[in-house]
Amino acid sequence: MRITKSLSRAMAAAGFLLASGTAAMAAGDAGGGVCAPKSMPAHTEPHWSFQGVFGHYDHDAALRGFEVYRNVCAACHSLKLFAFRNLAELGATEDEIKGVAALYEVPDQPDDEGEVKPRPARPADRFPSPFPNEKAAAAANGGALPPDLSLILKSRAALENHVSNILGGYMAPPAGCDIPEGKFYNAYFPGYAFGMAPPLTEGAVEYNDGTPATVAQMTKDLTQFLAFVAEPTLEERKQMGVKVVFFLIILTVLLFLVKRQVWRKVH
Amino acid sequence: MSTPEFNNPIVKWIEYRLPIFSMMHHEMHEYPTPKNLNYFWNFGSLAGFVLVIMIVSGIVLSMNYTAHVDYAFASVERIMRDVNFGWLVRYIHMNGASFFFIIVYIHIFRGLYYGSYKAPRELLWILGVIILLLMMATAFMGYVLPWGQMSFWGATVITNLFSALPLVGEHIVTWLWGGFTVDNPTLNRFFSLHYLLPFVIAGVVILHLAALHQHGSNNPLGIDIKQKGDTLPFHPYYTIKDLFGIGVFLTIFVAVICFAPNYMGHPDNYIPANPLVTPTHIVPEWYFLPFYAILRAIPDKLGGVLAMFAAIAVLFVLPWLDRSPIRSAKFRPIYFVLFWVLVADCILLGFCGAKPPEGIWVILSQLGTAYYFAHFLVLLPLLSLYERPINLPLSISSPKASASEPQAV
Repeated sequence: MRITKSLSRAMAAAGFLLASGTAAMAAGDAGGGVCAPKSMPAHTEPHWSFQGVFGHYDHDAALRGFEVYRNVCAACHSLKLFAFRNLAELGATEDEIKGVAALYEVPDQPDDEGEVKPRPARPADRFPSPFPNEKAAAAANGGALPPDLSLILKSRAALENHVSNILGGYMAPPAGCDIPEGKFYNAYFPGYAFGMAPPLTEGAVEYNDGTPATVAQMTKDLTQFLAFVAEPTLEERKQMGVKVVFFLIILTVLLFLVKRQVWRKVH
Repeated sequence: MSTPEFNNPIVKWIEYRLPIFSMMHHEMHEYPTPKNLNYFWNFGSLAGFVLVIMIVSGIVLSMNYTAHVDYAFASVERIMRDVNFGWLVRYIHMNGASFFFIIVYIHIFRGLYYGSYKAPRELLWILGVIILLLMMATAFMGYVLPWGQMSFWGATVITNLFSALPLVGEHIVTWLWGGFTVDNPTLNRFFSLHYLLPFVIAGVVILHLAALHQHGSNNPLGIDIKQKGDTLPFHPYYTIKDLFGIGVFLTIFVAVICFAPNYMGHPDNYIPANPLVTPTHIVPEWYFLPFYAILRAIPDKLGGVLAMFAAIAVLFVLPWLDRSPIRSAKFRPIYFVLFWVLVADCILLGFCGAKPPEGIWVILSQLGTAYYFAHFLVLLPLLSLYERPINLPLSISSPKASASEPQAV
């Protein structure tokens, strides 16, 4: 009895190993046949400012992207790793940060009666999540949990293009492709039936600096902001890299010359 | 061996009680090193250097890491964001693991090419294979610690392998997990062992060095040291050469850390572990891919597990599979070809391990696996019998003279 149980479990596990890839492909194919887009919508920026050796964030765009996040995305998506004080790294002043934080409420410490009351958020607070827990978030969104966006541009295969792909991937489904009620056809979503309605509409936010809030503009700004949230130390890292690599190249050349000097008589 | 004279009274006082200075003098100044070592001999000291980097960066990380399923992922992100230079330490440690394997794999293939595993260096080689095994265990458990999706599912798949063992398999898996699934007790013990094993590695490295210094380094010609002119004192000749190698390594290492720190990682591991959602495609870190391909090449689970372990185990007996008295592939025309075919085979297996196991990739991994074992178990023993080596040079100092010297080393 025990042996059969362990055998069946072993086989199931082996099958899982061997079939996991196949099953994924099969699932893709099932949706793929008729639903595969005829051509992918062209929309992504070929090069983001934060790519490359000298890469840096576009601070103004990232601050605009924060406006898009908090006015649109934050209705459903949490951003748990982001604190208001992080905006300082994008050049926001202390007063601006205090001002925007105060627009939100977070639970205070229990008072002397043990009651937890809300208080206005401070710069050190993390951005409050729209739902109390993941179950509530999924329940409010037709069973599909809106993912936390803190690391969205580091944790998907398309990396920094993921958000612009998804936001630019909505289109009419190809003929013969049935998309279930409450789902939306998205050329970049695996299986194509995507749970999020197209979130951005022209003028969804009003930018303080007067930049016209087109969907393409908001997508770019949001990518700058979310890339910053995913990797806030990128600029420091790349600047350090340029200096240290420059130093190391010189050091290595000098070491090579010393080596040659030491070995001069041997050859 | 002469004992050096020390003049400094403090050095003298210590030397009289603990002969550490004469030991250092012996290892650095008198230790005779073949003068013809090429740059492939840099990778041993380089591996030791990276081990130190890994231990130091790991100790600092552990001061800020929380080994609990609810906090592990967040504590790593806190290191990345709020700990001063935490991102640097974490990226050093994360990429250091990959570079450690790159260096050690080159070091191992260097040993294979120049026959460094042959008498009298069999134990030196075996200690090295033990280090490789310990490194693999350490790297695997370290990858679990950030508690991302690949951490969790990699741990699940790999620990489940032991369930293939008959009778005791399931008990072993429960014992490894500390429960009935990969959970908090698993994470805690992996953290504990991940902290312990590097020091075990350091211990075996000391044995590896002791065995090395018994007979000294092999060399590109694979012939023994015959006269004083064949060797150089380790210091300053190889200390400066190793330092130059460390300079080259650090330049590349820092460039990767600063410009592409996640290149060798997997994006899924930035998703917090979720036992209810299986990633569509579970892959281990790149340095395990050839072994993963061997595991999946065998259609039977137990067979796959055994083949994977056998792929390492075969290295332990390599000194007795390759009976050719000639060490260096330079003087073994057929072995030279087989060596490069083996390198290509391992790279092929690496690609197979990264692909979903279907279609052509299954067949390629099966062929690759078959060839891997055929190389060690069939071709090498046969080669020892039938290969006609090229004449060896007389000595390291006179590499051109060979003529009709006898073949024996």
